[in-house]
Amino acid sequence: MKLHSLTAHQILDLYKTQKASPQEVLKDVLSRIGLIDSRVHAYARLSSQNDLTQGVCAIPIAIKDNMCTKDEEITCSSRILKGFRPPYDAAVVERIKQNAGMIVGFANMDEFAFGSSTETSCYGATYNPWDLSRVPGGSSGGSAAAVVADETLWALGSDTGGSIRQPASFCGIVGLKPTYGRVSRYGLIAFASSLDQIGPLTKDVRDCAMLMNIIAGYDERDSTSVNEPVPDYTKALVHDVRGIKIGVVKEAFVEGLDAQVRTAVEGAIDQLKKLGATVKEISLPHAPYAVATYYIVATAEASSNLARFDGVRYGLRQSPANMRKNGLMDMYEETRAKGFGDEAKRRIMLGTYVLSSGYYDAYYLRGQKVRTLIKQDLDEAFKECDVILTPTAPTTAFKVGEKISDPLSMYLSDIYTITANLAGIPAISIPCGFSKQGLPVGLQLMARAFDEEMLLRVSYTYEQNTEWHLKKPSL
Amino acid sequence: MITKKDVQYIAALARIHMSPDKLQGLTKNLADIVGYVEQLQKLDLKNVKPTSHAVPLTNALRQDTVKPSLSNEKALSIAPQTRGGCFQVPLVIE
Repeated sequence: MKLHSLTAHQILDLYKTQKASPQEVLKDVLSRIGLIDSRVHAYARLSSQNDLTQGVCAIPIAIKDNMCTKDEEITCSSRILKGFRPPYDAAVVERIKQNAGMIVGFANMDEFAFGSSTETSCYGATYNPWDLSRVPGGSSGGSAAAVVADETLWALGSDTGGSIRQPASFCGIVGLKPTYGRVSRYGLIAFASSLDQIGPLTKDVRDCAMLMNIIAGYDERDSTSVNEPVPDYTKALVHDVRGIKIGVVKEAFVEGLDAQVRTAVEGAIDQLKKLGATVKEISLPHAPYAVATYYIVATAEASSNLARFDGVRYGLRQSPANMRKNGLMDMYEETRAKGFGDEAKRRIMLGTYVLSSGYYDAYYLRGQKVRTLIKQDLDEAFKECDVILTPTAPTTAFKVGEKISDPLSMYLSDIYTITANLAGIPAISIPCGFSKQGLPVGLQLMARAFDEEMLLRVSYTYEQNTEWHLKKPSL
Repeated sequence: MITKKDVQYIAALARIHMSPDKLQGLTKNLADIVGYVEQLQKLDLKNVKPTSHAVPLTNALRQDTVKPSLSNEKALSIAPQTRGGCFQVPLVIE
């Protein structure tokens, strides 16, 4: 039996009946990585602790390369952090170590999570296991590719504007961005602190619920962590959507949406209707402004967060050969020029611009106000529905290189996912079909804050009645 | 419209040395993106309050008690340059 091709819950069942051991599972996953990762390149690096003789390891997991893991190299896939070994564990890493066991490796990502294709990593691109000439999405592209290629049982990603859901869609797996404050950000290397959230990427909805049980919960070390009770998410795996009100966003089905994606998503809507859900069209009038708002708010926060990478306390330090300003200023400017890639520089500079004197009111303050309107639209919509439905992304996976030199077209691939980050609500992407070219299509569902259970219930019911999640790429 | 001079000014604020060969491309990129976000200017935002956080949390306070934390040695062990138990930086004032 190929253990690596199973889900985490199937593996746990095998453990219970002693048909497999954690050592066998880990060995199998590592040999799978050895066999195919030179082509997929899902991992930035493997864990230094993959020693089969050490301890008990329950379920192998991939961690995105932006979550601090004690004494392991963690770099956000950026040159500026090469060689950085955090002296502590992120809250989620602590929870993984306490509960689930084994960190296999650190998944490749867009540098500092700036991107939707995993092409801006300093280690080079990750490739989509369904078609190696295409991107896996991003920025958690390594996490998504590793899961669908069976190079891990499950993975953690982070989502600031769609970075879990869009790669889950492109790779045909399940990806959940929890409610803002549900999962501790302590030890997550920050991109945009009011938007970032860690979440699971898994092969099916049950695994998603199980991983949520491990990572969700209050943490006083994250001052934005919310002290709400954490349910047993596996109890939300109820095969019944009768009476659930689903709002389909009118503004999502317009120009720019790929015809095959539209067909697959409409098919899913029909299926949910047949299963007893009530479907109605809703409007989010300010949704078309989400991308513009996001690229003001997120870059402003990023420019502030990334100020800490200055060559003083950790990471890269470079000084120019000849003095330009003074020793310290030259060191800052040279370190950041050499350490950051092009997209990171663009975003830091855009954020610096929208916060700078004379532009703050015109851009940043305006962006924050539109954020209010976007959130109000959702509050209104949730008065008449339990779940809001859109495609996850406007297209299936695009070609490597297709959008990398046109940042704006890259940004537009997050057009449906950004809204949930701006409003802080939970959202999930689940597989809902394939294009004629054999590329997966994702369905996005959003729910009220702290109602992940609603997302899991609807997703589970849909999944029980479809077989999209069972398909595997041939590698 | 963002000009090359603006980009040089922003780069200095952001503490990123900008080599002349990168300036042209970056100016165009930033001008495109700023041009795109201009669409927000047409919205009427009078009486709209700004949102800086989706979850309305106020100050998260805790007791100011001493707890174990990173040792000086551990914190400095990942620094590029140290001296006498401190981070060392290039000379600022001659």
